[in-house]
Amino acid sequence: MREITYREALREALREEMIRSPEVFVMGEDAGVFGGIFGVTAGLMAEFGEERVLDTPISEAGIAGAAVGAAMVGMRPVAEIMFVDFLTIAMDQLVNQAAKWHYMSGGKLKVPMVVRTPTGTGRRTGAQHSQSLEAWVAHVPGLKVVMPATPYDAKGLLKAAIRDDNPVVFIEHKMLYNDKGPVPEEEYLVPLGKAKVAREGRDVTIVATSLMVKRALQAASALAEEGIEAEVVDPRTLRPLDIDTIIASVQKTGKLLIVHEATTFCGFGAEIAAQVAEKALYSLDAPIARLGAWEVPIPFSPSLEDRVVPRVEDIVERARTLVRENI
Amino acid sequence: MRELSVDEVLAMYECMVRIRHFEEKVAEVYAKGIMPGLAHLYTGEEAVATGVCYALEPTDYITSTHRGHGHVIAKGADLGPMMAELFGKETGYCQGKGGSMHIADFEKGILGANGVVGGGIPIATGAGLAIKLRKGKEVVACFFGDGASNQGAFHESLNMAGLWKLPVIYVCENNYYGISVSKKRHQAIDDIAVRAASYGMPGVTVDGNDVLAVRQAAEEAVERARKGEGPTLLVCNTYRWRGHHEGDPNRGARYRSKEEIEEWMAKCPIKRCEEYLRSKGVSDNKFEAIKAAVDKEIEEALKFAESSPYPDESMALRDVYA
Repeated sequence: MREITYREALREALREEMIRSPEVFVMGEDAGVFGGIFGVTAGLMAEFGEERVLDTPISEAGIAGAAVGAAMVGMRPVAEIMFVDFLTIAMDQLVNQAAKWHYMSGGKLKVPMVVRTPTGTGRRTGAQHSQSLEAWVAHVPGLKVVMPATPYDAKGLLKAAIRDDNPVVFIEHKMLYNDKGPVPEEEYLVPLGKAKVAREGRDVTIVATSLMVKRALQAASALAEEGIEAEVVDPRTLRPLDIDTIIASVQKTGKLLIVHEATTFCGFGAEIAAQVAEKALYSLDAPIARLGAWEVPIPFSPSLEDRVVPRVEDIVERARTLVRENI
Repeated sequence: MRELSVDEVLAMYECMVRIRHFEEKVAEVYAKGIMPGLAHLYTGEEAVATGVCYALEPTDYITSTHRGHGHVIAKGADLGPMMAELFGKETGYCQGKGGSMHIADFEKGILGANGVVGGGIPIATGAGLAIKLRKGKEVVACFFGDGASNQGAFHESLNMAGLWKLPVIYVCENNYYGISVSKKRHQAIDDIAVRAASYGMPGVTVDGNDVLAVRQAAEEAVERARKGEGPTLLVCNTYRWRGHHEGDPNRGARYRSKEEIEEWMAKCPIKRCEEYLRSKGVSDNKFEAIKAAVDKEIEEALKFAESSPYPDESMALRDVYA
């Protein structure tokens, strides 16, 4: 199968959905002429014109709200918020409007929109451009939250998100944009709400999201050399969450380590830990472990930035302790 | 501008009476403590919703505010499901899940009243964007107050709409108070319409108690929008007779003088419309007949609401996701 980058996979998804449906359009800061700050929408304005690929003013609340209004009257907007950090400025429109109108209207209104936004560390962009805020949006009933980790998933999930009749927050990792992976030429979708077992193993389950899936897989390879077989599960969609796949894995391995890039306090790992404790406590033969960022704003200096989020060696060490100390 | 026929003005008169009497009934019922939540009444501002909505077609859209009963009634909402929604009943517009501040009816182009001050402004802009992208002929009327025109969302949205020439009429209902804070204490400007200049659109100020003036200004704005000439900021100066909501005692007398309130009540938009119609030969009998018919409609709406069931608990879980 051909290999393309995560960025190209996303662009293909947008392009195919724009061809498929005249209701789909793209808007965002620098999304048009510039092609998006990370290049995802490059070339789309030339192909589809200025009306379907809109360069917007720097107005996050306005962009998110315009997407809500356009979606309410039958379009399928895909709005880009340049960094997940800037969702904070769009929060009323996402949380009070997009997430709630279907419910508040007793089902009379629908808001089929996607907000695409890059997350995470690694670009030395400091504390206001490097956060992981997925737990904020995953907390809100009415929103769906997606975090793809591979080019294949990025494309299939984005296409599914665009076709979904609900508001979807689609969180891309800025350190994955250049990653290459197999992506079929033919049409496919990855359904929202379905986790993936990224690697099978018998000794410990590592649930990881976004960039941490890649690191967890690298950690699993290192662990395998020590004779520890880690199973890596990627939820792919945080809401709705496929807890069944996670529980099935925990029932097999008896041990659970959750890894995400956001801080652990009230992080998404807390939700997974709670649900596993509620539904599969007696399948566990060790306490649940969580690995997330240190409880600090993301620092600028490379040596600090790299240290405060989970590294491959941190995952190896934590998984090893979990397995070895509980044999 | 064409002169409206007597029948056209009578229709607007009836609409204002319907809004006024509906809300008087709401105030009465609310005071008895049998209506849950909050009620923000529109009394005194009826000419704005009426003048604007009567310049629209049924296929046009509106976004509304926490003080939204007047807008949705003027856009054609039925009083039965309106009242039922205010009671949180299953037969309400939103099955009791929205309440007074969130009434929506897509079939009538009502894209929701909004509990967040300024929350509907970006939504109206997005609906306008969708119409433009689809090359449609509809327009969007976006209602909000003087307080909302201080929100960032107002400025972001008007900038976008001006830039893209979207078919939106931004209707600022200047009632001179953001809850308790007078306009003088929340805005450095006197005429809100000057804000339009920053966003490349006309800013028009009208007497918001004169339904004919509102209608005429709205028709001009609608015409511009339909021709692709872009948005208008229409500022309608009016006044809310009652407090911010029905729990705000003495019609908001903590922050407004009795004289000020009475001065505005003397400018009642309904009485003013009556005087106009009288000068055109309409008799008092006609006004009484309209009022009686509206009151009957409201009594039926109230009966419908009171006799309707509350939603079953299981309905709480419905419609979270489409």
